[in-house]
Amino acid sequence: MKRPLRFYLQLALTLGVCAFLIVPVAMSVLAGLTANFFLGVKSGLTLRWLIEVWSLYRDTILASIGIALACLVCDLLLGVPAAYALARIRSRSARLLEELLVLPIAVPGLASALALILYYGELRGFRTSYSFILVGHVLFTLPFMVRSVLAVMSSTDLRTLEEAAGSLGAGFWQRFFRVIIPNARSGILAGSLMAVTLSIGEFNLTWMLHTPLTKTLPVGLADSYASMRLEIGSAYTLIFFVMIMPLLIGLQWFSRDPRRGAHA
Amino acid sequence: MQPAARAAWRHTALLTPALAVFAAFWLLPMGRLFLVGASGPQGYAAYAAIITDSQYFRSLVSTVVLSAAVTLVTLLISGVAGLFLTRNRFAGDRLLVAMLTFPLAFPGVVVGFMVILLAGRQGLIGDFTQWVSGERLVFAYSIAGLFLGYLYFSIPRVILTVMAAAEKLDPALEEAARSLGATPWMVTTQVIIPGLRPALISSGAICFATCMGAFGTAFTLATRINVLPITIYSEFTNYANFATAAALSIVLGLITWAALSLARSVSGSSVAAAA
Repeated sequence: MKRPLRFYLQLALTLGVCAFLIVPVAMSVLAGLTANFFLGVKSGLTLRWLIEVWSLYRDTILASIGIALACLVCDLLLGVPAAYALARIRSRSARLLEELLVLPIAVPGLASALALILYYGELRGFRTSYSFILVGHVLFTLPFMVRSVLAVMSSTDLRTLEEAAGSLGAGFWQRFFRVIIPNARSGILAGSLMAVTLSIGEFNLTWMLHTPLTKTLPVGLADSYASMRLEIGSAYTLIFFVMIMPLLIGLQWFSRDPRRGAHA
Repeated sequence: MQPAARAAWRHTALLTPALAVFAAFWLLPMGRLFLVGASGPQGYAAYAAIITDSQYFRSLVSTVVLSAAVTLVTLLISGVAGLFLTRNRFAGDRLLVAMLTFPLAFPGVVVGFMVILLAGRQGLIGDFTQWVSGERLVFAYSIAGLFLGYLYFSIPRVILTVMAAAEKLDPALEEAARSLGATPWMVTTQVIIPGLRPALISSGAICFATCMGAFGTAFTLATRINVLPITIYSEFTNYANFATAAALSIVLGLITWAALSLARSVSGSSVAAAA
């Protein structure tokens, strides 16, 4: 098929954008595996930098995984019941409450972090523990969980489902765990993947909330970019990519592909 | 108890834990932040300092100009690329979309590092310009580097929004315009762009808010450039000037919140992003 010149100009722009986004990622992966990036790949490939990152920053990687999982548990315990209540109330006040709950993502993380430090900074035990960072991550990820679950729950007729289950003699908790949660599965799953991905990558709050003894992966990344050779920063970034890759693939799987309609 | 009353009580009980955490760890601290902002020698006038103090005003202006410029360029590039990807089928088109979505999950620090790899001292652009002209072009640590970084995290988000909106456009309208003799340019400006307007306004507002509050990218690249988040950070950490840092962050928060409210009122949903 003959395509007009316009097609090729737009294709060139689109390819240019992709290159802009992906070339540095590829460079970073390569630099993390190259013996000497300045000399190029001909200096040989090595796992030396990855091993060095593991020995230098292992604690930050494990801390990030731990915090992300703890954050997920908090989001599920707080967010799923809240989303259910908001879906059932469905009034002006419910919308107002939803607006309130998502405020922490409407203002920059830096502001929320300063507020937390000024309010709770005096509690030394809390300030210097990982739970201080966890609180920040829960604030930042909970709105995503609530929104994701609420979106699914609002599109199903919960009231009718509950009445049907209730007429068969199911009590509230039975309905909640046997009817409501299974029906909101896709929203809970997407929200969970989102929460874990965001928590692992969270920097804006965490940089303010961390202490020398409580560092997470992105805090370590900033540290390595500023003070280590390029290969180490790259190898560390490579580890981050490998950690978020499966989460992103999962998210793509569960969220609607904007073009699925066109292919069907 | 009546079933309805019991249900209402239950809904309140299920909402309470989330609201309690929100109140204890966000609302109360934010209230304190507001008071701290007024605790300096100037009192509540500190909130006007962002306009009256030339240093902070310059910081505000440069952040707004940078964010607005990034937003415009992002809308332009993402509009063309997003529309192109929804309208054309060719080998590898799905791979391109997958590539565009990968950087969505990068924290700001990683975006900063991507810019260092492109435009830093050992960067690709430096290699290229050295090969062409014998001189290394290094701009990662300047406002141009910041611009590139903000563009990096903005483009994927806007492209996805544009694609979702373009999918919903009615192709019959374009057919009709063409059959009436409209040129491709006229179809674009008079049919497609008006159809995409809500998506463009809302994703543009989200993009602007994200750029205004972007801390990680600026922190990695530009500790010497006074964009607002860096100004706040250095007032707080380097000068222990808590009152000013608090007042500036409240003002910054109001700006991003207002931009996101605009996005929400246009499209009915907004997702803030951290970068």
